[in-house]
Amino acid sequence: MCGIVGLFLKDKSLEPKLGAMLTEMLITMTDRGPDSAGIAIYGKDSGGSSKLTVQSDQADEDFDALADDLGAAIGEYVSLKRNDTHAILEIPQGKLEEARTALEELRPGMRVMSAGDAIEIYKEVGLPNDVANRFNLSNMGGTHGIGHTRMATESAVTTEGAHPFSTGDDQCLVHNGSLSNHNSWRRKLMREGVRIESMNDTEVGAAYLTWKMQKGSTLGEALESSIDDLDGFFTFVVGTKDGFGVVRDPIACKPAVMAETDQYVAFGSEYRALVNLPGIVEARVWEPEPATVYFWNH
Amino acid sequence: MQTYNLEADGLRGLNSTLQAQSSAVTEDNWEVVNPKGSHAIACGLNAPINVTVNGSTGYYCAGMNQLASVHVKGSVGPGVAENMMSGKVIVEGDASQYAGATAHGGLLVIKGNASSRCGISMKGVDIVVHGNIGHMSAFMAQAGNLVVCGDAGDALGDSLYEAQLFVRGSVKSLGADCIEKDVRPEHIEILKDLLARAECDAKPEEFKRYGSARQLYNFDVDNAQAY
Repeated sequence: MCGIVGLFLKDKSLEPKLGAMLTEMLITMTDRGPDSAGIAIYGKDSGGSSKLTVQSDQADEDFDALADDLGAAIGEYVSLKRNDTHAILEIPQGKLEEARTALEELRPGMRVMSAGDAIEIYKEVGLPNDVANRFNLSNMGGTHGIGHTRMATESAVTTEGAHPFSTGDDQCLVHNGSLSNHNSWRRKLMREGVRIESMNDTEVGAAYLTWKMQKGSTLGEALESSIDDLDGFFTFVVGTKDGFGVVRDPIACKPAVMAETDQYVAFGSEYRALVNLPGIVEARVWEPEPATVYFWNH
Repeated sequence: MQTYNLEADGLRGLNSTLQAQSSAVTEDNWEVVNPKGSHAIACGLNAPINVTVNGSTGYYCAGMNQLASVHVKGSVGPGVAENMMSGKVIVEGDASQYAGATAHGGLLVIKGNASSRCGISMKGVDIVVHGNIGHMSAFMAQAGNLVVCGDAGDALGDSLYEAQLFVRGSVKSLGADCIEKDVRPEHIEILKDLLARAECDAKPEEFKRYGSARQLYNFDVDNAQAY
């Protein structure tokens, strides 16, 4: 099964409440995916600096002196803000790749959840309510965000198998469904030099979109071509630095409901996830068409 | 009229209360408030009662209905009126996938659009959709009538048995073994009756009829490419 929620704000006054709204939507989708939960949240562009979200199973050990160690390795000032098993490393723009390479040496057991100017990803194994509380998700603000509750099918219930997946700067993807040709695409994409770190099918979907965009496609074009190249069932919701997109496979058996008002565009695997959004009764509510790309930009 | 607050009093209580009307009807008219997209609202009813749901529902609303009339003042999730036996289900908004799947009887009216697989494997139900229907609708439909006032998506009536399909607008494509057929006077009568009962002002003469070419009833190796 799996549950997806997404919220793209048009009304700036809602931005401080993004985390709270998204968390409530996420928890409503618990019975679609009680194994693990995650959220990608796009905050304000911090102007001049980039962010790495890192996760560690030995956070006390790995995060200790990490900012200083990384700062020394790349010769820049680095700040660290810890949030449970995750931490946000703020580094100067243009230094992301260098920092990632240095991290592999400095803390080999640590995982990079996301990299970019605006994105932060928090995900862990456990019930969505527990995961949300752990990271205090409801206190986070931002411009748009995507959440996922997982009922695992294609790979193990682990932190690295949880969604969202991020395979490119400020990009993320969540998925309801299962891809059947992910092994051959994983091999092909890794040969092409795309970073893939798990055996999960969804990460291959995310990496596919990253690869297409590296080759010059817009996100819209990358989503269009995914309909032909990826085999299996999928409802994808993707996030970029300033945008939010949705695509479903041509069979479209994985559910999806969207709502739009002057204040927001919202996505839910079920209408239940949307019922407490402001103005939902008057919102335009519809089911996205199969094999059709939807996209909103700030 | 008895009102039931689903949010406050829970789904199990609602369905057991409504199902208990099958032994003796104590109240003809029921209203469900705060459905908030919940699943399985008004399922398994077996009494001639009227149930109004004030809002949108999730999966399987009014499933397995017998005798009751269920009116949803909102949209419904997947599988509305699945396996309905008799009675009536009216949806004011849209319906998600497989509306009226496998239903044996009764009338399902969707005043908005229905998405994919509407009437899949229908076995005698009458379905009237005021708007459009999605792809793979009436797949393996066995009996009953599907009336669509708007357009139909891809692969309408694939591997159809003896259900009759009437579409007023365009059909994106027909499924295997589904063909257009003549509209005869008896079909105009069927349409007149169903459109009136579905409160739809479309004219019966505007519809085209589709049915089974009956070429896939028995396996024939020459048809292998059609599967």
